[in-house]
Amino acid sequence: MSDLNQRMIEKYRNDFLKEVEANVEEGEWVKMCMQCGVCSGSCPLGKHWAHPPQEIFMMIRAGEREEVLTSDSMWMCTSCYNCIVRCPRELPITHIMHGLATYSKKLGLVPKGQPTATFAEIFWNNMMKKGRVNELKLGLSLYFKDGFGQGIKNAMANQKLGMAMMKAKRMSPAELFGGHGIKDVGGLQKMIKKAQELEDARMKKFD
Amino acid sequence: MSDEKKFAAYICTGCGIGDRLDASQLENVATREGRMNVVKQHEMLCSKEGVQMIQDDIDNDGVNHIVIAACSKRAKVEAFAFPESKVAVTRANLREGVIWARPDTDEARETTQEMAEDYIRMACGEIKQMNPPQPSGQQERNPNILVVGGGITGMTAALEAAAAGYTVHLVEKEGQLGGHAAKLHKRVPFKAAPIGTPNSPDANLPMPEDTGVAEMIAAVESNDNIKVHLNSRITKTSGAPGRFSVDISTESGDTVTENIGSIIQATGFTPWDPSGLTNLHYADCPDVITQLELEELANAAGDGPIKRPSDGKEVKAVLFVQDVGQNSDKEDELPYDSGVGDLVSIKQALYFKHHNGDDCDTTICYDNLRTPGAPGEDFYRSGQKNGVIFTKADVTEVVPGDTLTVKMHDKILDEDAEVHVDLVVLDVGMVPNSGPDPYAATESLEGLSDEEREAELEAQAEEAADETSVSVESILNLTYRQGTDLPQLKWGFTDSHFICFPYETRRTGIYAAGPVRRPMDIRQAQDDAAGAAMKAIQEIELAAQGRANHPRTGDLSFPTFRREGCTQCKRCTVECPFGAIDEDEERYPQYNESRCRRCGTCMGACPVRVISFENYSVNTVGAQIKECSIPEEWDEKPRILVLACENDAYPALDQAAIAGQEISPWARVIPVRCLGSVSLSWVTDALNNGYDGIIMMGCKRGEDYQCHFVRGSAMANERMAKVGDTLESLNLEPERVVVHEVAITDIERAPALIKEMEETIEKIGLSPFKF
Repeated sequence: MSDLNQRMIEKYRNDFLKEVEANVEEGEWVKMCMQCGVCSGSCPLGKHWAHPPQEIFMMIRAGEREEVLTSDSMWMCTSCYNCIVRCPRELPITHIMHGLATYSKKLGLVPKGQPTATFAEIFWNNMMKKGRVNELKLGLSLYFKDGFGQGIKNAMANQKLGMAMMKAKRMSPAELFGGHGIKDVGGLQKMIKKAQELEDARMKKFD
Repeated sequence: MSDEKKFAAYICTGCGIGDRLDASQLENVATREGRMNVVKQHEMLCSKEGVQMIQDDIDNDGVNHIVIAACSKRAKVEAFAFPESKVAVTRANLREGVIWARPDTDEARETTQEMAEDYIRMACGEIKQMNPPQPSGQQERNPNILVVGGGITGMTAALEAAAAGYTVHLVEKEGQLGGHAAKLHKRVPFKAAPIGTPNSPDANLPMPEDTGVAEMIAAVESNDNIKVHLNSRITKTSGAPGRFSVDISTESGDTVTENIGSIIQATGFTPWDPSGLTNLHYADCPDVITQLELEELANAAGDGPIKRPSDGKEVKAVLFVQDVGQNSDKEDELPYDSGVGDLVSIKQALYFKHHNGDDCDTTICYDNLRTPGAPGEDFYRSGQKNGVIFTKADVTEVVPGDTLTVKMHDKILDEDAEVHVDLVVLDVGMVPNSGPDPYAATESLEGLSDEEREAELEAQAEEAADETSVSVESILNLTYRQGTDLPQLKWGFTDSHFICFPYETRRTGIYAAGPVRRPMDIRQAQDDAAGAAMKAIQEIELAAQGRANHPRTGDLSFPTFRREGCTQCKRCTVECPFGAIDEDEERYPQYNESRCRRCGTCMGACPVRVISFENYSVNTVGAQIKECSIPEEWDEKPRILVLACENDAYPALDQAAIAGQEISPWARVIPVRCLGSVSLSWVTDALNNGYDGIIMMGCKRGEDYQCHFVRGSAMANERMAKVGDTLESLNLEPERVVVHEVAITDIERAPALIKEMEETIEKIGLSPFKF
């Protein structure tokens, strides 16, 4: 566990709700949940979640910090926004799920090998290089994330699709060598760096 | 005007009656068979001209007994009331009862006309037995209202009645006004957040507010129309609405007697005692308290934090247990939910947030969170916004100690949990402060076999002899034959129907309001009190004119009995659902006009048929049964007598006709005030006259009864159980007489029940009693 995690535990003792309110995007809404369960019932992936949103909110209020933050439930959210549309108390549930995921990553509590989390990281790194996503490289990184052998297997399985895309000029093998970038990659990277600094400074308060 | 009876029949040809029926033939029937002195047709009888025509005959020709052959008695009631004239009026239902209930075909024309002619004959027969109703002469106008109970409900009722110009005697058993509400720190807010208030966690939401009780007490004490009697009880109530005589006695024994027009009982509630729940340690742990006890702690706190009772330590964590001993099927617990405890706990949790600071942990353990009333949902959100934690959990145990451990099962997460707190607050239910139920003994006997009945009586006698059993003290001390207090509906609540007749008890002119009627909070109690005050005022004014109040509002007729025929069997005095009839010194029934609801249950009870109303009697219905034509056997036209309750079954049949449902051409429907008024002699006479089937349609009886007269339908059913003997003695099939429960919404079922009887008759054949 990271230092930050330890510091947060000490700061908030057993008041996990307060911790969420202060550190999770839209976390101040959690206390307004009235436990009707419409979000859980509306979630198209709900049955694959260990803890659907209603339950997550209840766990936060019950102070079940570790169970929530190490859960992979909020990583299952596909941002379909069904829950937000239907919540009678108008909680921004989708945002809270992403907020919880971000917070859990910040604290280093994401379950190892969580596929959504892994993909998000690959996507981010890919995009940061050229300022836009290199689809060929993104695809390949994803294929080979579980090792070389598995990567070849994945590639062979999708061979037909890949050939068709190349034929239709939807994907170019030339992208493998460098590929397109945006006009001012350096500028973007500077911007992101600054944002990171601001966020780090914010978290520094908890030292 | 002379006392001579002059009969007139008016036949309306409007609404298609003239097209579908041969009106001149109807006129013939009214003149020759009905022997009416005047018979007239009008193309629209309910029009100004039509009504004027009748009024002219009343004024100029001395017509005083009127048959209106037009629409149903439920239509155009005001047009045909003639309130300024002393006349008897009956209606022959040609529209809903005949033309709308029958198809407009050549084949149906003959039977439709016969139906109409029968209704004319029946109405002409009935009117001859009727007299114009007039008041008994017992009535007085007495503008004094007695309010029993000086809590929020009682004070509100007193202020409302006083504001309307009536004099109020407010009786309170304690030494000060205000009841439980006077002990509250704050009250649940009355108003919801303004429309458009967002759902956000920083919205401006309602908070607990001042109770306003002190201002209310001051308003009561300074009101010239209100006389407050503190430390007092009602030691005797005799008489009837408009002329009650009430003894109000103080603790020291001084008694004043007041003349009272009507009474409001607002005796409130007592919190249920949770001592029996040993797992919660209410009895032996001072830091486990009830909501009402917390109010005292909050008042004692002043501007500082709320401290717990055991050691005066500032409360840092508090837990509320909702619905303690409520919604329970266990003996000695409450089978109902008081409904307002969740609002109270939210309010009290906010006390802690205010007095003890934001970091005071407040948890509310609920099963079903209910926040009734307009501000309810906003107040719930207000609690959430301010950090009150709501946990859906079953609290299984409180472990006393320096810190109390509360064990629970979280029902959302389906796991056991423990919370450590300084104070536990229990939401216990409201127990109504009712007097002894006059019918507790008799109604527990219903539906039992003779043996069971005996066993139950024995058990009751034993309980009465058992010195440890608590006897409830009377509140009103009524001198009524049927008991000292208001009858109870369920679970000890003083009411007669939770939905249909608010404030109406089973004692006319005595209204219940507030938590003695059903559990409620301050806001609801104030609404209730205003409603009951309106009823009390209405009763004073109607009693002054000798008119009925609920549900036959305005009715002038009332029952009288023929003394020389009475056998003093007491059935009327026992069976009256409203305790209206006492017994005089010679043990004859003594009617009290203004206590009476005019249902006629006494009339149906009387075995010697000596009880009657001016315009409704054994003879008025008997004449209708007799005057209806009974075709010869070879005509193959059966006759089905339908005795339909005028409150539900009769309008259901009207509504069926309006909706285009066909009603059997053999049916002849007679509206009755209540199935309870049906005399067994009508059934016997009808069978002897050659009717082939008899259907009685009354309201739902039993626990979820819908009878407007509470017990009428049940009484009728009990009496009709004995009709089998009559059928047997006449050697008739038992299927010929049936009793059905019909609701006002049964517009398809009601005609179907008649059709069913038609098929039964087809199967078993026509009655052999035709001649």
